[in-house]
Amino acid sequence: MIESLRVAASTYASDIDNLITLIGVLVGFWFILCEVVFFWLIWRYRAKPGVKAEYVTGEEKSQKRWITIPHLLVLVCDVFIIWGAVRVWVEVKQHLPEDATHVVRVMSQQWAWSFDHPGPDGILDTDDDIRTVDELHVQVDTPTIFKLESRDVLHSFSIPAFRLKQDAIPGRVITGWFQPNLTGTFDIQCAEICGIGHALMPARVVVESAEEHAAWIAEKSATHLASATNP
Amino acid sequence: MAQTVPSEAHGHDAHHHVETFWSKYVFSTDHKMIAKQYMFTGLAMGAIGAFFAYVFRMQLAFPGMSVPGYGMVGPNEYNMLVTNHGTIMIFWVAMPVLIAAFGNFLIPLMLGCDDMVFPRINRLSYQIFLLSAIVLICGFFVEGGGFGGAWTSYPPLSANAKYNLTPLGQSFWLVAVALEFVAFLLGGINFITTTMNSRAPGMKMTDIPMVIWMIVIASILFMVSVGPLIAGAVMLFMDQQVGTHFYDPTTGGDPILWQHLFWFFGHPEVYVVLLPAMGITADVMATFARKKLFAYRTVLYTAIGTGVLSFTVWAHHQFIAGIDPRMAHVFTITTLLISIPIAEMCFVYIATLWGGSITLTTPMLWALAFVAEFLIGGVTGIFLGASGADIYFHDTYFVLAHFHYTFFPIAIIGTYAGITYWFPKMFGRMMNDTLGKIHFWGTIIPFNLIFIPLFILGAAGQHRRIYDYSLFPELATPELQAVRVFATVSLLVMLAFQAVFIFNFVTSLRRGKKAGENPWKANTLEWSAASPPPHGNWPEGLPSVYRGPYEYAHPDREEDYWPQHLPN
Amino acid sequence: MSARPIATTRSTAGMPTGRLAVWWVIASEIVIFGGLLGSYIMHRLNHDAWSNHAANTNVYIGTFNTLVLLTSSLSAVLAHKAADAQDGPKAARFLFLTMLGGATFVVVKAFEWRMEIHHGFTITANTFWSFYYTAAGLHALHVIAGVIIMGIVAQQAKKNLELHRVELIGVYWHFVDVVWIFLFPLLYIAK
Repeated sequence: MIESLRVAASTYASDIDNLITLIGVLVGFWFILCEVVFFWLIWRYRAKPGVKAEYVTGEEKSQKRWITIPHLLVLVCDVFIIWGAVRVWVEVKQHLPEDATHVVRVMSQQWAWSFDHPGPDGILDTDDDIRTVDELHVQVDTPTIFKLESRDVLHSFSIPAFRLKQDAIPGRVITGWFQPNLTGTFDIQCAEICGIGHALMPARVVVESAEEHAAWIAEKSATHLASATNP
Repeated sequence: MAQTVPSEAHGHDAHHHVETFWSKYVFSTDHKMIAKQYMFTGLAMGAIGAFFAYVFRMQLAFPGMSVPGYGMVGPNEYNMLVTNHGTIMIFWVAMPVLIAAFGNFLIPLMLGCDDMVFPRINRLSYQIFLLSAIVLICGFFVEGGGFGGAWTSYPPLSANAKYNLTPLGQSFWLVAVALEFVAFLLGGINFITTTMNSRAPGMKMTDIPMVIWMIVIASILFMVSVGPLIAGAVMLFMDQQVGTHFYDPTTGGDPILWQHLFWFFGHPEVYVVLLPAMGITADVMATFARKKLFAYRTVLYTAIGTGVLSFTVWAHHQFIAGIDPRMAHVFTITTLLISIPIAEMCFVYIATLWGGSITLTTPMLWALAFVAEFLIGGVTGIFLGASGADIYFHDTYFVLAHFHYTFFPIAIIGTYAGITYWFPKMFGRMMNDTLGKIHFWGTIIPFNLIFIPLFILGAAGQHRRIYDYSLFPELATPELQAVRVFATVSLLVMLAFQAVFIFNFVTSLRRGKKAGENPWKANTLEWSAASPPPHGNWPEGLPSVYRGPYEYAHPDREEDYWPQHLPN
Repeated sequence: MSARPIATTRSTAGMPTGRLAVWWVIASEIVIFGGLLGSYIMHRLNHDAWSNHAANTNVYIGTFNTLVLLTSSLSAVLAHKAADAQDGPKAARFLFLTMLGGATFVVVKAFEWRMEIHHGFTITANTFWSFYYTAAGLHALHVIAGVIIMGIVAQQAKKNLELHRVELIGVYWHFVDVVWIFLFPLLYIAK
């Protein structure tokens, strides 16, 4: 459903999309049923001359059943949705891939994004780190951990193509992960209003093959755009 | 226990009022006049909120072009417009019209008494409300401009002018909201005490019309939920103006505290406005389907249950805000569970139509539209309450479309249902039904054409509160821009049709057909008073009640309605 | 004095309307103070350093003020008793004593704060002191408002008018007392 509007470029993107489709099918069923019954009743019981309405209290058991049975079925549907949602949430928000060695720092501020990438040594917070502004470079099919921070107010790190979103809170480091499975360049949006420049901090994530990524690292290291420490 | 009626009859007229323009229209303590003051103020604020929507939607459809009637919309103006559109529509339109206007007008009339219990506190509540509106509007014109940190006002952005760049605007906004809260707390005093204590003799709790119950439950819900936010607002004001650091993480404060305090109120608040709209819908549907409301007790208990449950769901607004991820499971469960009582109410309303004799008057069209449209709002909420799906949808236009499919039925459809239904009682004249229907279709069809596209934009990953999407390559496509233009054009059409309503309202006041006491052949007590009721409502003596409010099509009776006040 | 609507005189719920109204006001205040104190408690649990700051509040002044408020609540009860016995002037005298207690509380607090500010414990010193002044300040505003309303009720009671209001302002006063009973241990004793 969502994929037709926004490409799915990470491993958990399709899990989120499938959950959305599950919800869509279940609520869609109830929605269509209710609307059809509703409009049919309006037409069926339109006022006709000489025909009086019926006196129905709704307090009899046989009448109440028309309400209690549907709403028990709604409860069953809710249980399915809860189960689906919990599964996806645990996968995305409560678990970090064990095999992830690639860590990036995402720093948000009024009004730009800066990203610290590990340099050729593959370790973050060493002298050869590469800092960029508004452009994040990652490697396809590589589980990547991000450390999200803010310099001032609340921001939110959002990559719709990855189905990724996490608010950034000043004073805290929030950890998350993603694994891109499609090369290309995708939008990064700030998803928490952060002042006058909230719409003026677009960024891009560049998902590269292993060779391209290694070449990029080599090129950046050579021009010494490293910045060793972060505030 | 029940009082005898005749000895009460002259209590109210024991002294004579000398009415001047000021005492009758400006400083009135009569609940009906106060109701109209709230209603007209609310509708005027609604026009301002709608104007803001026009401006920012024009900016979105035609970025960078000067908006006719406003001028250029820069990022700070845009933020101020969306912030105050939301703030105004919730606090200065939905609440005053649905709760204060209809509550004030209907409670004494539907309960068979001559006024609210504390008329002067009632007047004071309106005066504070008016003051709050004035403070809010003044805030748009102070140096630095109006506050633009969204109606949710999250710190640190909202707590410090070095971040929000609106040193005065930030506090004008906050003080205005706080004053509005105080006005509604005061108003609630009257709603509760009058309903609990001043019912007509013979009126049991289950004889109270559903709209009154809903307004009372909403008032209680508001009162209980707003306290922590008032505390939070005091702390935010201190941060803004005194230099404290309640919400500043660099000195030991916590920005997430505000979020909890805000949403602990914010979620019950949506039910505060939903319940009265559902109440209006119930009464209108019963009247025009000529049918007893299905399972009255179930509706009542469900409404109370929804109110209670509404206190357990708040952090679904904060799933990705940095709260402990385990908490998300709790709130997904509670949020999905609250869909059960809401679904139940929808089923009950649909069941009320079964076996009815339905006339599609203008009020009935609005009431039916409420159910049909609110269903969309309700089911799309499920996507947001499911934590895993909310990861994608949070802060997108999907959220915006969802809450417009709940708020628009509540605040706009509910209001129009109530106004077209009770206009004859309020003003003694009928509105033109043909114009009413033109207005109805000219509002409902464009409404859907505005917001269904917004679901699509949200599903495509478009985020909220962004004044220009040209900088985002994935969103700056011609297809998506066409969707934005389509939504804006639909809004222009919808706004144009509101002129039909205004024309109908104003001309009907003067030249509408005289209404008579009970033009709709309804059962509830207000229809036994004159149209409009004089000061004291029933100068000939307050009514007593002999049956429930929805005795339509009773088998023991030839006519298909049986007013509450008739002995047999 | 304008005529009351008939609505005011009815009592279907069995409780006089004035009493229902006061309880509504108190309920709304409970949630406000509850929110503030709840926030304080959450902050305090997360910041051990606060006990260092809290060590600087003056438990003797706090205790004295607590006794003043409790005594003033006693005189409010006696005022109610007198009003029930239809003795307006006596009720007014007891209300005046209550007002005196409230005024004493506020004056003592003013000196207390002056002393603390002099020592550098200002509202912006750190978040503990921000809470201290905000919570106690909000409470003090309620004390002052209560004293003013009590003055109005006492004036009327002296002339044997509106005696039912003596009970109502008394209920409000007890609430103000109870809030202090919560504030006192949180701000002065928990160190």
